Amino acid sequence: MTFDQTSIRKDFPILSRQIDGKPLVYLDSGNTSQKPQRVIDAMSHFQERTYAPINRSSYRLAAEATDAYEKGRIAVARLINAPSVDEVVFTKNATESMNLIAQAWGRANLDEGDIVVLTEMEHHANIVPWQMLVQERKIQIRWVPLTADGQLDLTNLDNLLDGAKVFSFTAMSNVLGTITPIEMLCERARAAGALSIVDACQFVPHNVTDIQSWGADLVVFSSHKMCGPSGIGMLWGRMEILDAMPPFLGGGNMIDTVTFDGFTTAPVPMKFEAGTPPIIEAVGLAAAVEYLEEIGMANIRQHEMELSRYTLDTLKGRFGDDITIYGPDDVELRGGVFSFAFRDIHPHDVSQVLDERNVCVRAGHHCAKPLMQTLGVNATTRASIYLYNDTADIDALADGLDKATDIFGL
Amino acid sequence: MPGLEDLYREIILDHYRTPRNRGELDPPAIKAEGHNPLCGDEVTVYLSISGEGDDAVIDDIKIAGQGCSISQSSASMMTQSMKGKTVAENRALVRRFKALMGIEGIEPHDGDDAIDLGDREALQGVVKFPVRIKCAVLSWNTLLQALDTGGGTTSTE
Repeated sequence: MTFDQTSIRKDFPILSRQIDGKPLVYLDSGNTSQKPQRVIDAMSHFQERTYAPINRSSYRLAAEATDAYEKGRIAVARLINAPSVDEVVFTKNATESMNLIAQAWGRANLDEGDIVVLTEMEHHANIVPWQMLVQERKIQIRWVPLTADGQLDLTNLDNLLDGAKVFSFTAMSNVLGTITPIEMLCERARAAGALSIVDACQFVPHNVTDIQSWGADLVVFSSHKMCGPSGIGMLWGRMEILDAMPPFLGGGNMIDTVTFDGFTTAPVPMKFEAGTPPIIEAVGLAAAVEYLEEIGMANIRQHEMELSRYTLDTLKGRFGDDITIYGPDDVELRGGVFSFAFRDIHPHDVSQVLDERNVCVRAGHHCAKPLMQTLGVNATTRASIYLYNDTADIDALADGLDKATDIFGL
Repeated sequence: MPGLEDLYREIILDHYRTPRNRGELDPPAIKAEGHNPLCGDEVTVYLSISGEGDDAVIDDIKIAGQGCSISQSSASMMTQSMKGKTVAENRALVRRFKALMGIEGIEPHDGDDAIDLGDREALQGVVKFPVRIKCAVLSWNTLLQALDTGGGTTSTE
């Protein structure tokens, strides 16, 4: 299928919304993505026709609902090329997936002095769950530093990994856009005897994902950044690792049996899906995956590389030294996430001025405060693109920056 | 949407570009820090006070920190005309300003209505941009923190 920009934009009803008579310019997909009509419809139709409890009632409607929920799991497994559908666990969001790993795997396997290696470009979701174990278990964290252009500085990686139990890293930075050498990092972790965990939240929605080629042990990502609904996140893990892990949350659905004396757990993935899961969301997610697959992840990546090149060239061409865009310039090495400093105008003011033109960007620390410290800033403005963005969106961003210059007169 | 000219009045931009009473005071001056975890705005208020209780007088006030134009200009404007006034007078000013920002639960005292906010009235436009109210009141809450506890840290969240 060819990549038809006009038709793709029409798939997203919100993009036809006007505020104050002006069109919406949505450049915050790194934060959360918009939803195609197909996802919205799938969730409505499911609620109108099929909604029922899953995994616990024997009537036909409940069986249909269970099948619909499980189709979400099948779709996700296909999207990331998981060897087994049962290795896909549904959670509330990717943050919960990471907490599940830190709490369930971490508590069973990490003790005082054990080393977890992270990178300086991690999202708080891949920092704080480990820092909780620093407080609770006195584990140690080591940090992989960055190069000047925002890539991982791997010069000292073997020393950092020496004796480490875990290497948990992002596949693509939510601030810098940097795509990390995932396969090589997993291999180095394995060579050091460390568990490899990949935060793929920013990667999976925008790239062809083949977790089998990565060689990772555990991978987390989320639905809402890939055209699916919020409220459902994913954890993929090697079955032998998931199987050996104790449960995370306890309750219904995750048990095999419960007596007055104790409980035994259900097999993976139900072992990690306590309580009523996000049923409607799994149905919406299945529709989102099908939508992305029809367009083609390789086509989406190609489109975003072209638009990333346009973005970098437009902003650097129009603003020269007045703009600092963080992260690599080579679009092969980065995704469509552009954090920048513009003149001396504070990001909060930049985003305020852009908002007058309905240009939606994020201003702040992007849940990566340690990285802000590395960059030597307190906040940045971040524009992030997805399959529905086009060059007109980037032009609107650049025009809005001109307006900010006018107001602040710098 | 209200126009940006309601928000970015010239007097506000002037205080942003040329902040008044910028700097630090050495101990024993009181130091209080305020921050907005959502956007990273930071304001540090230094206060030199002589006397005790409500009759104590603010001898000097300095502001440090960094952040958006609204948080920093509001901090700068706050410091104007505070020196030489009593703690009670300055608390009244804070109440009056927070009322201007539409913050609920401020119990007005007799005479608050008569307080002249001066240039600070220009910040009224912020009320039309609710997300920015926290920026505008950050320094004022930090000042209260300094007066109430003699220092420490305050957060908008």
